[in-house]
Amino acid sequence: MSIWEYANPKKFMALSTRALPWAVGLTVVLLAVGLVWGFFFTPDDYKQGSTVKIIYLHVPAAMMAINVWIMMLVTSLVWIVRRHHVSALAAKAAAPVGLTFTLIALLTGALWGQPMWGTWWAWDPRLTSFLILTLFYFGYMALWAAIEDPDTAADLTSILCLVGSVFALLSRYAVNFWNQGLHQGASLSLDRQENVSNVFWLPLLVCIAGFALLFVTMVLLRTQTEIRARRLKALLARERVA
Amino acid sequence: MKALLLRDLRLAFRSGGGFGLGLAFFFLLSVLVPLGVGPEGGTLGRIAPGILWIGALLACLLSLDRIFALDHEDGSLDLLATAPIPLEAVVAVKALAHWLVTGLPLTLIAPGLAVFLNLPAAGYPWLILSLLLGTPALSAIGAFGAAITVGLRRGGLLLSLLVLPLYVPTLIFGGEVVRRGAEGMALGTPLALLAAISLGAAALLPFAAASAIRVNLR
Repeated sequence: MSIWEYANPKKFMALSTRALPWAVGLTVVLLAVGLVWGFFFTPDDYKQGSTVKIIYLHVPAAMMAINVWIMMLVTSLVWIVRRHHVSALAAKAAAPVGLTFTLIALLTGALWGQPMWGTWWAWDPRLTSFLILTLFYFGYMALWAAIEDPDTAADLTSILCLVGSVFALLSRYAVNFWNQGLHQGASLSLDRQENVSNVFWLPLLVCIAGFALLFVTMVLLRTQTEIRARRLKALLARERVA
Repeated sequence: MKALLLRDLRLAFRSGGGFGLGLAFFFLLSVLVPLGVGPEGGTLGRIAPGILWIGALLACLLSLDRIFALDHEDGSLDLLATAPIPLEAVVAVKALAHWLVTGLPLTLIAPGLAVFLNLPAAGYPWLILSLLLGTPALSAIGAFGAAITVGLRRGGLLLSLLVLPLYVPTLIFGGEVVRRGAEGMALGTPLALLAAISLGAAALLPFAAASAIRVNLR
């Protein structure tokens, strides 16, 4: 019994169908608890007032936006090395979700930045690298959409994902170099004394878990859809031949 | 390999080969920017490094789809793929040819255009050096993008969508070198990083591009 067994679409479908209700339920519960707790039962920040509460959407979305790309990188590698179709389809399914998270992070950041920094947008390294990440997501999805043959599309997008990851990382450090930051440093890290106060940190943790599960749910659903679409196409092709 | 390089260069210089188109575009851009921004020298001098680098980048982009598309159409790419030299070498040679007909001439005429843009005198040597070090990266990255889109009809638009984000680090370091040079600041770090990107791209991307071509020829 190894994880590679789920490269079999049938086994993947069976497992994901069983897992989906749990994933949906947990997502709803965690997001509801986290967001309600965060929005209504935490005090206002002494300096930022109630605008601080956007952190419960902004931070989890931003974290997931990066993690989704890393997941796509891993599944692309799996496709290149072992050629499991489910892996390639999972990467394809994840991209629009990742793009949405990126846009949420940018949008909530702008909404918070307007009252706090006095501007919707600043060419800060973090903001800029997120904008560049958005471009990478767009390019990746456009390439999937442009190629008809599914295997060719999977191959080329995987190569693009690998090369793009290197350049996304390069851009991340290049923009650091180019402008000094306005964005505050990380508010959550395991190895530091100075973190966000516990009052904010616990609901934030719940929200992050909720967003992660939301992503798992969406990817499972979308991968299932892709597999079904692929089966439908095969069926139609067979009927045309017969 | 030498024969391939000479063949590509000859094809590029022949009429209809597209040589000079990128240069003309670069020239026009440098003339149009002052018309749009206004003739005030201080402003122009400040944005000159960025404009020149963006102009070089777009001029490069203009001719990218010719790297493989024409060879793909007439079938010579299939022959090159089955030739005794490895496909990686073919890609590297074609990227080199692209650089020789776009990157190098761009570098040579850039100082002339910098006059239009009122670049401060201290910036000129750094403009040439940064373009010399940076444009090979543009060609290598572009060859990779061209390799990915070679099998597509209407690949040109997609090509720019794929390649422009990959150009970001090169553009940042290139523009930074010239800007710092013009202001007389220390510029060793961005210059070294720019050279690193070019060397890294030239060394690694032919492998990615060759595997993309193999997929497209399948």
